[in-house]
Amino acid sequence: MREYTDRALNVAQVAGASYADIRIVRRTTQEITVKNGVVQALSFDTNFGFGVRVIADGAWGFASSNRLEKEEIDRVAKLAVTIAKASAVAKKEDVDLGPPEVHSDTYRTPVEIDPFEVSLEEKIDHLLAADKEARSVEGIMVARGSMAFQREEKTFASTEGSYIEQDLIETGIGLTVNAVGKGEMQQRSYPNSFGRHQGTSGYEFVEEWDVPGNARRIAEEAVALLSAPQCPSKVTTIILDGPQLGLQIHESCGHPIELDRVFGTEAAYAGTSFLTPEKYRNFRYGSEIVNIVSDAITPGGLGTYGYDDEGVPAQRTDIVRGGMFVGYLTSRETASRLRKIHPDAPERSNGAMRADGWNRIPIIRMNNVSLMPGEWTLDDLIADTDDGIYMITNKSWSIDDRRLNFQFGTELAYEIKGGKLGRMLKNATYTGITPRFWAGCDAICNEDHWHVWGTPNCGKGQPGQVAHTGHGAAPARFRDVQVGMMK
Amino acid sequence: MLGRTHLQGIAERVLAEASADQTEVMIAANDSHLTRFATNTIHQNVSETDVSIRVRSVIGHKVGVASGNDPSDSALKELVERAETVARFQQENPEIASLPEPKPIEEVEAYVEATAGSTPIERAKGAKEILDRSEKRGAEAAGAFSTEAQEMMIANSRGVMAYHRGTVAEVMAVVMGKTGSGYAAEASIDVRRLNPAKVGEVAVDKAVRSADPTDIEPGEYTVILEEEAVADMVFFLGWLGMGALSVQEGRSFMTGKIGQKVTGDKITIWDDGLDPRGIPLPFDFEGVPKQKVVLIENGIAKGVVYDTFTANREGKSSTGHSLPAPNTMGPIPINLFMAPGQATKEEMLAATERGIWVTRFHYTNPVHPMKTILTGMTRDGTFLIENGKITRPLKNLRFTQSILEAFENADMLGSELKMVKSDWGSMATCAPAARIHGFTFTGTTEF
Repeated sequence: MREYTDRALNVAQVAGASYADIRIVRRTTQEITVKNGVVQALSFDTNFGFGVRVIADGAWGFASSNRLEKEEIDRVAKLAVTIAKASAVAKKEDVDLGPPEVHSDTYRTPVEIDPFEVSLEEKIDHLLAADKEARSVEGIMVARGSMAFQREEKTFASTEGSYIEQDLIETGIGLTVNAVGKGEMQQRSYPNSFGRHQGTSGYEFVEEWDVPGNARRIAEEAVALLSAPQCPSKVTTIILDGPQLGLQIHESCGHPIELDRVFGTEAAYAGTSFLTPEKYRNFRYGSEIVNIVSDAITPGGLGTYGYDDEGVPAQRTDIVRGGMFVGYLTSRETASRLRKIHPDAPERSNGAMRADGWNRIPIIRMNNVSLMPGEWTLDDLIADTDDGIYMITNKSWSIDDRRLNFQFGTELAYEIKGGKLGRMLKNATYTGITPRFWAGCDAICNEDHWHVWGTPNCGKGQPGQVAHTGHGAAPARFRDVQVGMMK
Repeated sequence: MLGRTHLQGIAERVLAEASADQTEVMIAANDSHLTRFATNTIHQNVSETDVSIRVRSVIGHKVGVASGNDPSDSALKELVERAETVARFQQENPEIASLPEPKPIEEVEAYVEATAGSTPIERAKGAKEILDRSEKRGAEAAGAFSTEAQEMMIANSRGVMAYHRGTVAEVMAVVMGKTGSGYAAEASIDVRRLNPAKVGEVAVDKAVRSADPTDIEPGEYTVILEEEAVADMVFFLGWLGMGALSVQEGRSFMTGKIGQKVTGDKITIWDDGLDPRGIPLPFDFEGVPKQKVVLIENGIAKGVVYDTFTANREGKSSTGHSLPAPNTMGPIPINLFMAPGQATKEEMLAATERGIWVTRFHYTNPVHPMKTILTGMTRDGTFLIENGKITRPLKNLRFTQSILEAFENADMLGSELKMVKSDWGSMATCAPAARIHGFTFTGTTEF
């Protein structure tokens, strides 16, 4: 690949780039969906290309192509510079990337079993076994199980002298069942919603989660939900399970700490952030037991990698410490800009720039943004709750464009009365304002309950990009929450 | 652009390599450019050239799909082999029907050379029209100016050979003052029809008028929804329940309701891939010509859209609404229209004693699909209406509301349709503004 990367960087520099990088990316995916006893979809996709990102006349340009050929590299590198010069028509100041990043390295996701080496028969049999178990429960209309495997081979090179090769592997599995009654459809998923749970892992991930062994349980829950009472509307205590809390962290902490949003560069689409720069190290985000970190190094997390797409090493950063807001997710450019406002801010990026393939520009994305575990067992937490609702597995989500007012719905919920789980409730929803909600967090379960939940569907950017992110969470309790938003 | 002959050559090479009972190839080529701006400066400026090739092989009642983006002979051969290998691994699915046979496809003109040939400097100048207007008023503009040329070819071993090319351009802006924001957008297949200066003026004007928003209690209000907000709701109706598979699986609000009244008398919604007011696409991803399908007429559920698979289940013909294979969602209407009414937005305003004006929604998502209940926030221009006039800006509100119930209570519809491009993909919904009574807001936020 050196021949190609050298050529692109040289052509860009000759055309006028003061900085250039190139990413050559091959993404291979295999997806299998089994629905109601038959393989509904089975597909392989291989996607290959390269993208050249440059700074010329102090402004950004980016161009990409699916044809890694000498003439095409020349065309794309020159086009990137032409685009950068056009960007300079409306620039305020030159792009400042801060100190150079120079790394030569390779990184590969550690896996026990390469998922692409496992036979299709074995994978299909596993999903069919889960499907059969789920549909053995009377009242299940649709059972849909899926597996997804992804390998991304990336080469990054820059005019600063970096050359990094990565081989990132992901494995995902999930089962969703639908039960349908009169005017009512109820859904249960395992291990997570959004179709599946996913991590940077090998095929051992599939065996670990034992979807066939949980299929009957979630099917019975879906059918029971059809006749369950509606979640009441009131202010109460809630306990969120790990998967739901993972999405709560994603929406109300992960997005507002993206420093590009904070500086307004995502305002046109996803919005901005309430965590504006003056709040940096000076704002109470949550109660004293709330500790949140971003990291790209936790083994198995869906946001785990070796280097980001600017060639910055993966690392761990405190985001909320003892309830205080202390850190952002940064890029080289935004880290440099933050330091001009807060001279004590870190000099270097914490490595959160990622692109959805060769044809997209890197933007700041969550890696694994996680709530650190507390000390409770779930049984003790429920026993300690006199009146409340235990909410399980996300079903719906929405949050405003500064990440303050949110509303979530969960697939399953139970009343808690006198320290015990009571009636099952359907269509549970809750809503709140982010810092007030986290201020009400008074108990978090311990590391035995903690897991990094994968969110494989995070959308951001124009043109749209989908990122795979992880969120470590153990069940946690929140006081004084408005629930039951649906008539 | 690669052109019809080039894409047909790729298709023929794929079909020549195939040994399955039936083979289909879908080729999508695109040349996309997007100039993005924020804080009154261009910060992202990107270009992409790509071609994706997707092969579907049918062996008996088994189907396999493989896709890639390398059109070389060796890669195409590998793609076909992979799709056939995948198919052979499948179990028999008796519901798998034959690939569609060729049918006459009406050509629709959707390609504009000016859009395909748009340059980075032209887009930058367009962006600058917005940035200058924003800066002049002490505000900050964010947005994007995009142009795209696309080609699509669907061919199969039964003789389908369908080709279409089209363009789409969009300019959108969010302008932010210190305490308020405004939004405006235009989309068209012809970049020359876009007016970035006007988009800038509208967004700046709204941002200025949105300054210092005040609180209002959540509750039920009469609302005037601008076209973007109505289009959001219409899009979700299509996605949640206007495809045949959602009805067959009992998860659609249309299940068991065809021929019955499901919403207000004024509401008529249809899908039409040939109407040039949208982003035309004359055939679906199986190469079946798109039919105009009336989904709701005067509030009565009339029908849903089909692909070959779901049509075969009911002994019907596909209406030309397949998504790319492999597809577990079923057919979806992606060229939606809602019939206009006779009112201007000014007339709606003048006729409203007390209510809330909504520019657009943000982050809408379903809460209860069968009841068509959505939640979401208002954004970029929410105002109180009193005695027929906008009297003050409001902090944004959260709604939790059934779409069909809202449309039941729509008493005035705008006389003009606006094409609202989807954030993802080349889909668009054409919708009018609407005045709706009893719209439920369930929460507020701090700005």
